[in-house]
Formats: sequence, C-alpha cells, structure tokens
Amino acid sequence: MNAPAYNFAYLDEQTKRMIRRAILKAIAIPGYQVPFASREMPMPYGWGTGGVQVTAAILGPADVLKVIDQGSDDTTNAVSIRKFFGRTAGVRTTTHTTEATVIQTRHRVPETPLKAGQILVYQVPIPEPLRFLEPRETETRRMHALEEYGLVHVKLYEDIARHGHIATTYAYPVKVAGRYVMDPSPIPKFDNPKLSNSDALQLFGAGREKRIYAIPPHTAVVSLDFEDHPFEQWRHPASCALCGDDASFLDEVITDDRGGRMFVCSDTDHCESRRAAPSQPTVQDAEVARG
Amino acid sequence: MATLTAGFADPVLAAQATFRAVMDATARPGTVVPVIDTVAAPPPLAAATAAVALTLVDGDTPVWLDPRLAAGPEVAAWLRFHTGAPLVDRPADAAFAILADPASAPPFEHFSIGTLDDPDRSATLILQVERFDDGAPLVLSGPGIADRATLRVAPLPPDMVARLTANRALFPRGVDLILTAGHAVAALPRSVMPVMER
Amino acid sequence: MYVAVKGGERAIENAHRLLAHERRGDRAVPEISLAQIEGQLGLAVDRVMTEGSLYDRDLAALAIKQARGDLIEAIFLLRAFRATLPRFGATQPVDTAAMRVRRRISATFKDLPGGQVLGPTFDYTHRLLEMPAADPPEPATTESDVADSVGTPMPRVTDLLAADDLIERSPGAGEIDDAAPPGDLTREALSFPADRDLRLQNLARGDEGFLLALAYSTQRGFGRTHPFAGEIRLGEVAVEVFAEDAGFVLPVGRITVTECQSINQFHGSASEPPRFTRGYGLVFGHCERKAMSMALVDRALRARELDEEVGAPAQDEEFVLSHSDNVQATGFVEHLKLPHYVDFQAELGLVRQMRREHAARTTAGGESPADATLSDATVADATVADHTREAAE
Repeated sequence: MNAPAYNFAYLDEQTKRMIRRAILKAIAIPGYQVPFASREMPMPYGWGTGGVQVTAAILGPADVLKVIDQGSDDTTNAVSIRKFFGRTAGVRTTTHTTEATVIQTRHRVPETPLKAGQILVYQVPIPEPLRFLEPRETETRRMHALEEYGLVHVKLYEDIARHGHIATTYAYPVKVAGRYVMDPSPIPKFDNPKLSNSDALQLFGAGREKRIYAIPPHTAVVSLDFEDHPFEQWRHPASCALCGDDASFLDEVITDDRGGRMFVCSDTDHCESRRAAPSQPTVQDAEVARG
Repeated sequence: MATLTAGFADPVLAAQATFRAVMDATARPGTVVPVIDTVAAPPPLAAATAAVALTLVDGDTPVWLDPRLAAGPEVAAWLRFHTGAPLVDRPADAAFAILADPASAPPFEHFSIGTLDDPDRSATLILQVERFDDGAPLVLSGPGIADRATLRVAPLPPDMVARLTANRALFPRGVDLILTAGHAVAALPRSVMPVMER
Repeated sequence: MYVAVKGGERAIENAHRLLAHERRGDRAVPEISLAQIEGQLGLAVDRVMTEGSLYDRDLAALAIKQARGDLIEAIFLLRAFRATLPRFGATQPVDTAAMRVRRRISATFKDLPGGQVLGPTFDYTHRLLEMPAADPPEPATTESDVADSVGTPMPRVTDLLAADDLIERSPGAGEIDDAAPPGDLTREALSFPADRDLRLQNLARGDEGFLLALAYSTQRGFGRTHPFAGEIRLGEVAVEVFAEDAGFVLPVGRITVTECQSINQFHGSASEPPRFTRGYGLVFGHCERKAMSMALVDRALRARELDEEVGAPAQDEEFVLSHSDNVQATGFVEHLKLPHYVDFQAELGLVRQMRREHAARTTAGGESPADATLSDATVADATVADHTREAAE
C-alpha cells in the first residue's frame, strides 16, 4: 500500500489548472455558472467542497486565510476547513477580516467592507437560482441562455399577492452586470447590497453541483424586485448585546426555557473588533433579557 | 533539434503565482500585472507568455499557434514537452491560441466563441505584444472597472476597437484575451467594452 | 449568562478521540485485520471498490475498517483518495467473452455452449442463521470448478442471439467513435442528454440501493421493459493498455468483474424489425445485485432512444443520474447538521412578521384563539428589543 503524498493545497496540479481555467471564464462572464469537474474532497459534499476547491486553486504561500461559517470563525466547520489549509498549504490564517487576503465563507458576507486585493470565496449548496422553480438543469440552462427570467419574477410576485411582500429571506436572487440572474448562496438578504460594486473579487464554488461563478470587483449586482415592492434588507430590530451595534446582522440566542433571549452580532470578528476598540461603548456582562 | 529549455523551477508555486497575476488582470481589465516567475522559453516566445502557457495549458486544452510561433519546430516541441497540449491547425478547434504577431491576428470570430448554452466553451487568446506603455490608448469600461480604465498596448490589430466592440456584442459568447509583454500580463475578457472618447 | 460559542477546535479534537475509541471497540477482543476484512468480508470490499470507483482490495479493506463498517463512508474515503491520483489514460475495452469464468448463468436458455456454472452464490442457500459451533470444521478448499471452466469457450448469450440478428447490436456501436477516448465524469461535469458511456459510468459508481429500487420500480410497471437475465457472469478479465511509445498493447493485470446483460422486448418501429434490446451492467468484484439493477436501469434510460413512452422515474435521465451518487447524496443530506443560524434567523424574522400581519387581519375580523399566543410572542419580542437596547447603552 502506498502512503498518500499530497500536493501543496491538497489538489494535484492538473485539477488546479482545470479549476483555474473555470475561474477565469467565470470572471469573464460575470454571474454565469461555469461547469467544472469537481473532485471528491476529503470532506463531504455539501460541507464546502466547492469553496475548498476554489480556495485550493487560488491559494499561495503569501496568502493569509480566514474561514467563516455563519459569520463566525469558530464554528466547527470553519475550524475544520481552516485547519485543512493550515495543514496542506501551511498558509497563515487569521480571524481578522482586514488581515485576510482570501476569505472563505458560508452564509455571510463580513460586515467590514472588503478591499481591493481581497478575495471572498463563497461555499454554495445549490448554485442555480431557478432550481426551486424548475428542477431540470436542461430547462434552467436554456432559460439562462435566452435570458428568460420571467419565472423568478412570477415567484416573487406570487409572494406579494399572498403575503403583501416578498417572502424570500436568504439566497435572494440577484442580477449581475445586467445579464445573468445569480444565486448569491444562502446569505441573508441583508448582505445582498455588499455584493454590488465591491472592491474585492468574489468567487463562488459549488462542489456537488460542479459549478463555479464569479462577480468581478466594481460590478453592478441588483437584487430582483418590483417598482412598487422594492428590495428591502432585514435584520432583527435590536442591538448587539455584546458590542451594541445596531446596524449589524444579529443572531438570536435563546438563553433559557422561559423566553429569555439575546441578540449578538453574527460576524464575530466585527463584534470583537468593536469591543476591543477603546472608543466603542462596551457591554462586558450583558444582562440576559427575559420576556 | 536543440535541447529543450526548462519549465518552471518550482512548478507548483510558480503556476500559482502566475495564475494569480492572470486572475487579477482578468478581474480588473486594463490593469497591467507583473509576472514574477518566468521561464526561459524558446524564442520568439516571451517569458510571460511562456509562464501563462505553462500555468493554464495541458493535455485537455488544444492549442493553436500563430504562423510566427509555428514557423520553427522549437516552440511547438517545448509546449508539447512541458504541457502535453495537443496542437491544432484550425483556430476554431483551439481552447487556447498563442499569438506572437498580434497585429495580424485572424478575426476573433474564427476562434471558438462558445454557445448561448455554454458560453464558457470558448477560446482564450494569449496575445504576445511588445509593450504596455505605447500605442493608442484603449479606454475601457465594464465589470471589474470602477469607472474607466486606460490601457496602452503595442502592437495590436489596427481594428482592435472594432474587434472588441464586436466581441462584446456577442456577449455572453465571445473570446477572452490575455495580453503578455516581457514580464507582465493584462487581460481583456469578453465583458469589456471599449469607450469611444468624446 | 451568555457563553460565547467558542472552543470549536477542542470540540473537534475530542470528537476525533471518541471516534477512535469507539472504532476500536472492546479492547478484550482482538483488533480486526485488513486481511480478515479482505478475505472474509469480500463482498463489502467489492461494493466499496465498485462505488468507490477504484480497484484496490487493500485500500477498500482499510477504508471499511476506518469507516467502522459504514460502507458509504468507506466508499467516500476511497473516492477522496482516488481524486488525488494522476490519470494516465484509458485501458483497452475489457473482453468479458474471454473471461476466466467462475460463475455464469443464463435465465434464457436451459443449456448453452460453456454450460451453466453456478459458482459461489447465496441463491440456493436456506437463509437460516447457523450458530457457530465451538470448533467449526473448516470448509473444504476447492478450485476444481474454476479449473473446469478454464479453457472452455463460453460465448456470451447476447453474441449468440446477435448471430441470428435477434438482438440489436451494442447500442451506440457505429454511432460512437471507438477511437475517441471514453468520457469520464470525474474529469468533466455531466451535462444532459448524456452519452451512454457517461451514463454507464454514472450507474457503475451509483448507489446499489438507489439502483435496486429503481430497477424494482420498472418491474412493477413504472417504465416496464420486460427484462430477462440474458446472462450474468463473474470472473477475471485481463486489463490492457495501449503503450503509446512502444506502439503495442500491454497487459497490466487481471481484475474480477461481474457482468449482467439483460435482454428486453422491443416491438420494432417503422424502420426497425422487431428484435430484442439490451441493458448492460458491469461492476468490480462480485456485486451481482448491483450489476443486474444497473442493467435494468440502463435499459430503462434508453426509452427515449427507442421511441418508448417516457414517464417513469427510472426513465428520467436527469433524475436518475443526478441522484445516483451516494457520496454526493449523503454529503448533502447530512450537511443539514451544519449550522444554519443565519438563514434560520432570517426566516424567523419573516415568520414573526407574517404572524403579526395575520393577527392584524384576524383581529380586525374578530378574536380567535390563535391570537392570544401570538400577541404573547409579539410582546416578548418588544421586551427583548427594549432590554437589549438598554443593555447596549
């Protein structure tokens, strides 16, 4: 039996070249899902294999990597992926958004605005924004080819007819550079505006579904809506119990079985930075609110 | 046949660094990005051109060489040895085209432009130019460009602006261009639109 | 008191330690060896090799041990290893007619050249649990059956039928360029409609249980294809590669495979006379159930090509091929274990908003019991918001 010897950043060079070619096509056709020969990775499909393959294909020894899941650096899957690259590529890792050159994320865009030179890599479960309206790839591919996006608008409009407002709260579809309707991955729609005209390059990897897509920097990304029902951001109408931020996206934390709960920043680095900064009002031992 | 010159000294890290330069250039059309790890390739292949080829081309990507590169056997032999890429005679069959005489490049639509269903199945043209600080300024807009970007390239086909405009009109189909000169790259992906000044 | 969700790294390390502990089991019982798995759980090894898409008995045994006997986990381990291997090229097509046959049965002819060879099969065992005796006698070693069949020509049943033009030629033969390398869906993303080479590769890697259920569904009328088990054969075949530099074909070894060719009805069309059609299954090792299921599903997927009515799940290429892979399926189903706080928070906000709107509508129209609970929740919301605002100040 041969002891496996793995390459820098795990993937072999042939695989990296294939992924790199797909990334370049993805950047050249913003929002279009480029099929690629996704490999079996040593973590399960659905757990970030697409993001991991994209990161492995771009990562170099000079990079500083940050990995977040649900906005947090310390969720188990983020830890696991960060360790994987620490071990296979020996790159420096960080939890600080501002220090990172490559940020791999699941379900959030960091609160701190990204800069030129940074790359945000999204893990994507279902890359096809039309999938839940039309399960067949043969059909949805055709719709993208013909720019036939009526179906999405019908879905959003049905929401309005039934509920009086759009009922999509995450993975809210966007149109990229005026052409392709794209799934921004299951980020809360609160994060959608951050996709537009970012200084950073945004790459999206869907391993199981074998698709890569991209938003170049300085590219218009518009959340789909209607003139009389414009796109709206949503966050819990509260402030972070730890740092006091009343503009960040919040997680609700249930603290007991009597209705006690509190709200804290979903982006842990953002929250910690605010608490570390001397000028910010700090709440060290927040009282738990009881209902 | 003369002995083949070597490829990258460190194939893994050099390919990574070169790819990042090309990716950066593609994400910011019109920006000139240095290529640090270069290779001694047989002339007339320039250092950056050879580095980009080693980074992106392999047995899965048919390559077309322009008449200047195909004139002698050296470039073809070097590419075949280091990348394993099959060389093709027809521009339409190529995933990558490498051109050392960009001024007389065949019309872009002679290369594969992809289909509406699969626009990514289109050719990437590596145009080896002489310099990035000469020639008529190309003013560009589009994804990756904050407002306007200006790129000076020499030499280029005399009808370059018309070619880029026609290529953009095919969107999402079209060819993507990587420009190389000396130790630097720039890119003109199909999404760029030349701006007519005034 | 709010405890920050920290310690992910330590939690993972502990989980790994616990897993290693559980995997080892009772320390008083000797550890199972790879040779034991390979030799005595051979069919598990075969399944892991087939669906893991890698012919290596040692590694498959190792994967089964490491996976604590969870075969899908073992398949996953083997696949992940396979993904890092360089690909040198494609072998020559294996010739199953030249197989060194250990088992060969046909349900379509009572006797045929080469005869029926029952071989090692559960088929006619009585499924009675046999309690291990204190000192069990070793089963006699036997090689005689195998030796008997070697050298006996054993033409494939489908070839015999084809000689009389009673069965179609191998589907796609003639259309597909034999010189062109076969497709490989580990190297290109699958697109639809898929060519038969990619379809068969997908089925060969597909989950045995999924294919079994689909095959069963065709027998029960969801896309009925009237199948006969034309032939099932198990044995060793030579694997050969064409050496470019040497210019000739080079044997690289022998592998065990199970092949199933189903024979199915076809009523003919305007241009085609009536004749039988084929479904094909081929797997590593001895995975007979899988090979048969694969043949039935392959035939069902040819419905469109053969101008049959398409409507059953097993005939739906995109449905079958997109959901057959158990490594993909298990990953995505199990990924629901990962945190989804963010999406859930967004949904929570929406549900509360819709409940408020619903309450407003019903209150306008009169009290209903649901309102009581609802207004409690709404009050609680407001309280929480107030408290946090105070805490933040």
